[in-house]
Amino acid sequence: MNINRRSFLSFVIGSAAGTTLSPLPWKMQDDSAIWSQNWPWVPVPKDGEANYTHSTCTLCSGHCGITIRKIDDRAVKIEGMKGHPVNDGGICILGLSGLQLLYGPSRVKTPLRREGKRGEGKWKKISWDTAISEVAYRLVELRSKGQSHTLGFISGSEQGTITALSKRFMTAYGSRNFLQTPSMDDSYAMVLNLMQGVDAQAGFDFENTDFVLSFGSGIIEGWGSPVRMFRANSHWRTNGGKVVQIEPRLSNTAAKSDKWIPINPGTEADLAFGLAHVIIKQSLYDRDFIDNHSSGFDHWKKRVLDEYHPGKVAKTTGIDNSTIISLARDFARRSRPLAICGKGQGKTPGSSGEFMAVHALNALVGSINRKGGVWAVPRPGYIDWPEVKMDKTAAKGLQQRRVDGAGDKKYPKSGSLLNRFFKMIHSKEISPIQALLVSDANPRYTLPDSKTIKEVFDKIPFVASFSSFMDETAANSDLILPNHIYLERYEDVPGVTGLQKPIVSLSRPVVKPQFNTKHVGDVIIGLAKQLGKGTADAFAWENYENCLEKTMGKMWKTLIEAGFWTDPNFKKPKWDKILDFSSGKFAFLNNNTSIDYQYRPVKLEGEPTSFPLTLIPYDSMRLANGFIGDPPFVIKTVEDTVLKKKDSFVEINPKTARAFSLSEGSYAVLTTLKGSARVRIHLFDGIMPGIVAIPSGLGHTAYDKFLSGKGVNVNELIGSVEDPVSGLNAAWGIRAKLNKT
Amino acid sequence: MRDEKKYGMVIDLDKCTGCGACMVACMAENNVPFKEDESNKLDSITWMRVYKLTNEKPFPEADICYIPRPCMHCEADHGHSPCVSVCPATATDYSLRTGIVSQIYSRCIGCRYCMVACPYHARYFNWWDPVWPSDMEKYLSPNVSPRMRGVVEKCSFCFHRYQLAMDKAFLEKRRELKENEYQTACAQACPADAITFGDLNNPEHAVQQLVRPDRKNGGRTKHPRAFRLLERLGTNPKIYYLSSREWVRRAGDNYLKKENKTLSGRST
Repeated sequence: MNINRRSFLSFVIGSAAGTTLSPLPWKMQDDSAIWSQNWPWVPVPKDGEANYTHSTCTLCSGHCGITIRKIDDRAVKIEGMKGHPVNDGGICILGLSGLQLLYGPSRVKTPLRREGKRGEGKWKKISWDTAISEVAYRLVELRSKGQSHTLGFISGSEQGTITALSKRFMTAYGSRNFLQTPSMDDSYAMVLNLMQGVDAQAGFDFENTDFVLSFGSGIIEGWGSPVRMFRANSHWRTNGGKVVQIEPRLSNTAAKSDKWIPINPGTEADLAFGLAHVIIKQSLYDRDFIDNHSSGFDHWKKRVLDEYHPGKVAKTTGIDNSTIISLARDFARRSRPLAICGKGQGKTPGSSGEFMAVHALNALVGSINRKGGVWAVPRPGYIDWPEVKMDKTAAKGLQQRRVDGAGDKKYPKSGSLLNRFFKMIHSKEISPIQALLVSDANPRYTLPDSKTIKEVFDKIPFVASFSSFMDETAANSDLILPNHIYLERYEDVPGVTGLQKPIVSLSRPVVKPQFNTKHVGDVIIGLAKQLGKGTADAFAWENYENCLEKTMGKMWKTLIEAGFWTDPNFKKPKWDKILDFSSGKFAFLNNNTSIDYQYRPVKLEGEPTSFPLTLIPYDSMRLANGFIGDPPFVIKTVEDTVLKKKDSFVEINPKTARAFSLSEGSYAVLTTLKGSARVRIHLFDGIMPGIVAIPSGLGHTAYDKFLSGKGVNVNELIGSVEDPVSGLNAAWGIRAKLNKT
Repeated sequence: MRDEKKYGMVIDLDKCTGCGACMVACMAENNVPFKEDESNKLDSITWMRVYKLTNEKPFPEADICYIPRPCMHCEADHGHSPCVSVCPATATDYSLRTGIVSQIYSRCIGCRYCMVACPYHARYFNWWDPVWPSDMEKYLSPNVSPRMRGVVEKCSFCFHRYQLAMDKAFLEKRRELKENEYQTACAQACPADAITFGDLNNPEHAVQQLVRPDRKNGGRTKHPRAFRLLERLGTNPKIYYLSSREWVRRAGDNYLKKENKTLSGRST
C-alpha cells in the first residue's frame, strides 16, 4: 500500500473524527473517575448499636460533664452532659476533640526506656514489670544513700485521690518536694489566706452578679471553667448584666463586653486603688460590711486616699480621670457588683498585690460572701486515710527543706512554687533533685523561661514521666510509664475552678484501654510495694479502683449513678467559716505576719532603651496552652492571621508597625532578654501602640505532626518574676524589640 | 403540603464568643477530615466556619465580632438556590419538605460550578482523599459517609440526625418531630447558647418566635436586631443573625460607603 499525503491526512482526520464520535474514550474516562473515587482507602465506618456513657472531662480545670456516644465499643462523639451543674449540655472546642487524643498519633502506647541521648527520640519498648522495677531500683538506690529528699514530683493537679496518693507516696518515701502546676487559683488561695485567714478555693457567684469588672480576665477566653463562663456571659446579655473589661488588647472578652477600657499593662492594681479612692471619697462603700466584718480599714483607707488620687492614677494607667470616676460610681452603685482578676485564662498566677487590691475592691462594696460576690469555698475533705507511719529514712528526709522554699520564712503561706523550684536547681552546681517524676504536667513547655527549664532538666540525672502523650517533657525523659487517658480510667474530680459550690465528679472508663498503658494510681501503689515494708504499709489497697471506691464511701453510689456529687443543702458559708482570723474579720491590712503588703508594680525584664516594646501573651479558646496541646480539629480552626504554615503572627498596632517599617504579613525577629524568634506581623487596630501580643499555645516541638513545629512558644521569650509575697510567678509580659528581616 | 417544614437557624452574635466549638462539633459529627497544614483556608474543609469581622476603626474605637457561617440553605424563589440551579448532576437539591439543601456525594462529578455559584463560600472541594492517621478511623460515625477525593461537600444541617429522629418518630407512630428531637451538632454544642435551630414555619419553635419570618416575602424579618447575609441577592437564606451593633448588621451586605443606612433586614 502506498502512503501519500492524501491518504495520510484522510487517516488522521478520519481517526480523530471516529474517536470523537465514539463513546468509548468518554465512557472510559468517566469509568476510571468513578473507579478511582471508589478506591478502598476512603473508609466505611462500621455500623453497630448506639449507646451513651456519662463521664467528666479533665482536659482543663473546668471539669464539665460529658456524654460520649458510642457505636458498639467505639467512641464516636463527645457531647456536653445535659443537666450537669457546670455546663448543662454545653461543651468547649477542646472537650469536643477528646477522641482525637484517645485514638490519635501522639499517644504513648507502651512503657518506653530511652536509648541514646535524651530527646533523641530513640526508645526501647519495655514491659510494665521492667518499667516499675527500674523506677523502684532508682528510688531504692537514692534512699539507701540517705538522699530520699532529692526526689521530686510534679503533678498537674492539687486535689483528688491521685494527687493524694502521689503526696502520700512522697511522704512515705521521705521527700517534701511535691509540686503542682501553678495557676491563678494559687494567687486567689493566697489572697483568701492573707485577707480572710482561710484555706479555701475562691468561688464567684457569676450567675447572680449584675456588674462584672474584669481586670484582664478572659471571661470568654477560657478563664475559670470555660463553658460555665460562656453561659454566665450569655445570661448577662439577656438579663442586663454589665461587663467592663480592662486590658490593653481588644480580646474577645473586651469586644463582647459593654465597655472596653484599654489600660497600660501592669497598672491594673493602680486602677483598683484609684477606684477605691473614689468610692471612699464619695462614701459609696458598704458601711455594714466595713463596720461589722472588717479590720484595718482606716489604715488602708489612709494609704489609698494619700497615694491613689484619680488624677495620679490617670497618669499611670493611661485612663482618663473622668472615666475612672464614673467607673467607680457605676461599680459601687450597682446592687451586686463583682471584680475579678487573673489575666487571660488565668493559667499563670499573678502579683499578690494586684489580686489583693481587686479583692479589697470587692470588700469595699460588700461583695464578699454574698449573693453575686466572692465566696470562700471549702475544699472537699473526703480523703481520710490513716496517717503514714514513717520509717527512719522517711522521717529524716522530711526534715529537709523544700527545694522551692515554699513554707519557709520568706514564703510562709505558699504551698508549691514551681518556677522557683527550677530557679533554685538552676542556681546550684549539683542538682538538689536527683530524680523527678512528672504526672499530668508538661513543665518543659508550659513554664516561662524555657531555656532555664531545659537546662535544669539536663541537670537532673533521672526523669520519669507518666504522660499519656509524647509531650515535650516525656520526649526528653529517661522513662515513660504511660497513664490511661481520661476516657479510659476512673478518677475522682473534685472542685471546679471558680465555682461557688463544692462538687465532686467522676471520670470513668468510656472505652477499654486502647494501648498497653496503666493507671498512674496503680503504678504508684505498685511502686510503693516495691520500696520496702514502710512504704508498702502506707498503701494497703489492692489497686487504685479499690482505693477510690473505699475512699469515696457513701459518695461512690451517687458518683456511679449520676456522674457527679453536689451538696444539695449547700448555702453560702457563715461568716465565722470564711473569716478565720481571731478577730473574725476581713483584713484590709494584715499585721499578724511580717509580710510587706505595700503594693509595688511588677518590674518587667529588659531596659526600655534597648527593648522599646512590651510583649504580652494572649490566650484563645482555639489554642490549648496547658499540659494538653491542640488536637488536629482545634488547630484547624486557628485563623490564618494567627498561624500560617509554620509561622506565628504577632499583633501590633498599625502606628507601631509604621514606626518600625513593618507591614501586614512581613517577617520580623522578635527579641527579648530570654530569646528571639522569627515571627510574622499582623496589624490590629485593637491593640495599644507600643505593645506586641503573641498567642500562647503554639511552638510545640513534641506531640504529632499536626501540632509540632508550628509557630513560636511564648515561654521561650518570656521569663518569670518572683512575687514578693507569694513567691509565685508574677510576670505578665517582658520588654521586647522587633527587627524587620 | 401539610407537613412542609423550613428548618433554619438564628445565631445571636451578641452571645457568640468566637470560641470555635461549633466548627469542631460539626467536624466531629460529620466525619470531616483534616490535613497536616490547614492554614490555607481555601482548601480547609469547614462546613461551619467562624469569620472574624472588624469595624476598621483605629485604636481605641476598634471593634471585632465573630460570625459563624454554615450553609445558608437558601430558598431563593421556590428552592432555586444558586447552587441547585447550576448543578449539572442533580447532586444538590432543595427539599421543599424540609427546606434543606442536600449534597449527594456519589452523584457529584466534581465540576465545582456550585462552589462558584455559592455567594457564601459555604462549599468545599475534596482535593485529596481523606486520611485518618493512627487509630482515628475508630471514631468515625457510621451515620455520615466519609467523602472521597473529587467531590464537593457542605453543611447538611446534620440531615442524618433528622433521619434518625424521623425513624424514631415513625416507630412511635408519630409524623411530627418535637423541637428538641432534631438539633444540629453545632446548635447542641454551642457553649454560649448562641445558636437556635428549628422549623421557621412552626410558630411553636424558638426560631420562628425569635425572628418571625414573613413567609410571603422570602422569609424577611422585621426584627430590629436581625439580618441575613447578602440579603439583596434574593437568595433568601435561612440563617438569621442577631446583633445589637449597627456596624455588624451593615457588614452583612455589600453596602457602598455613601449608601443610606437602611438595613438589610428591612430593605426591599
